[in-house]
Amino acid sequence: MTGGEPAAYARLDVMAAGPLTLVEDLGRPGLASLGVGPSGAADIGAFALGARLLGQTTDLAALECHHGGLTLRARGSVTMVLTGARGPATVDGTPVGYAAPFLVRDGSVLVVGSPAAGVRTYVSVRGGIAVPTVLGSRSYDTLSGLGPAPLRLGDMLSVGAPEGELLVDVAPVVPPAAGAATLDVAPGPRHEWLGDLLALTEPAWRVDGASDRVGVRLDGPALTRAPGFDGRELPSEGIVRGAVQLPADGRPVLFLADHPVTGGYPVVGVLTPASCDRAAQLVPGQLVRLRQASSPPGR
Amino acid sequence: MTGRVLPSGEHAVLVEVDSLDEVLALHHRLWVRERPPGLLDAVVGARTLLLVAASARDLAGVRAEAARLVARTPEPMSTASGDDLEAVETMETVEIPVHYDGPDLDDVAALTGLSPDEVVGAHTGRSWRVGFAGFAPGFAYLVDGDPRLAVPRLATPRSRVPAGAVGLAGEFSGVYPRSSPGGWRLIGHTDVVLWDLDRDPPALLRPGLRVRFVDAGGDR
Repeated sequence: MTGGEPAAYARLDVMAAGPLTLVEDLGRPGLASLGVGPSGAADIGAFALGARLLGQTTDLAALECHHGGLTLRARGSVTMVLTGARGPATVDGTPVGYAAPFLVRDGSVLVVGSPAAGVRTYVSVRGGIAVPTVLGSRSYDTLSGLGPAPLRLGDMLSVGAPEGELLVDVAPVVPPAAGAATLDVAPGPRHEWLGDLLALTEPAWRVDGASDRVGVRLDGPALTRAPGFDGRELPSEGIVRGAVQLPADGRPVLFLADHPVTGGYPVVGVLTPASCDRAAQLVPGQLVRLRQASSPPGR
Repeated sequence: MTGRVLPSGEHAVLVEVDSLDEVLALHHRLWVRERPPGLLDAVVGARTLLLVAASARDLAGVRAEAARLVARTPEPMSTASGDDLEAVETMETVEIPVHYDGPDLDDVAALTGLSPDEVVGAHTGRSWRVGFAGFAPGFAYLVDGDPRLAVPRLATPRSRVPAGAVGLAGEFSGVYPRSSPGGWRLIGHTDVVLWDLDRDPPALLRPGLRVRFVDAGGDR
């Protein structure tokens, strides 16, 4: 069930992998009946922007670099772009731009530093990271262990042949910022278990250190269930990316790309797609406010 | 069939019905037989079907179709009734040989008031049915077993359950496809491979299949 490997056009040698660098694309939706979750890039907006700036489709895989620390040597010339969390980045010691394609010549070395704000920097390469697919995707799912393993020192990554034309030299985007983040949340399928969605939107939450690609855990005042729902059990049901789940301890979890297929705690809210991307860039300790989405989605 | 269509963000709705049978019938209709345009995934739960659309625009059509299928049909001439939601026909039966040597076999016996041999007899005595998947690739929630085997989950989950462990939790039975944490009560283990990427499909147990556990002997 692994796919073919496109002919390598160039190669990237991993000289330092950082705390966690993963190959990701848009994931593998449609496999819930096998117990396989969607996975894919955590910040879809940043991932898609990288593809767009290289004039290629979002079918191609990129690197999702967590907290920087990545060093790559190009074998063959490779055009790249950095999106998502913004940190210091250099090629052979010379700083390179953000959300702007740059060329890494044969033998040159890209260093991606730790971002000042945000978690995940996307390193998109023209031609895509050409590792074999697993169940139709090149994404690593941290929950199930499916897909290409996290990068390690000494890995050699194949780069696919470039397609399309480079049309844009820089995109005016705002990178993730430090300070309090605001996320838009709409009522979820089990919002009545909370009684009033305001209980979710009033407190200032703090991002817990246990957050990962499965979900962002929020620390703050424990929320209580609405009268009549206390102690009730919910049979397991499907979960979406962006689901705001309320576990028994009353502290919400925001589910990201590697969320489980099903869960047994009530989903009281669901983030908007743009807020899912913002949630994927939250740093432990950062303050978060939830805000009721202006118009109820799906109506 | 009656049910509710609940909001679940800009790309999904959660359809709630009365029973797992209705969920499976709805899943069969909307995912296997006649998939609406833009439906990206359909996640079976115990009483719900989550329908995930590719876009907000696709969701409008998906939601309308789901609402039509679970709406009461007041006018007898309605076309939305009848054979649209016939029960899912059962596919083949998978046999799983089990060594009933699990660390919680005696606890399950105490909780159910059965002897360990009677627990094994109840577990193998009738076939189970794959209800839905979740938790991990290849993990299946098995239903329709002997109701005497309903036991609560462990108060504190184990940090590591070995691959192939056969467990009970609530009304369900299941087999761990790979080593993972878990809170199910373990009554035995099997050497059958539940998940194999070189197999198509990789999951041995898929919704609709029947499963019969067979006592493969060994230490109790």
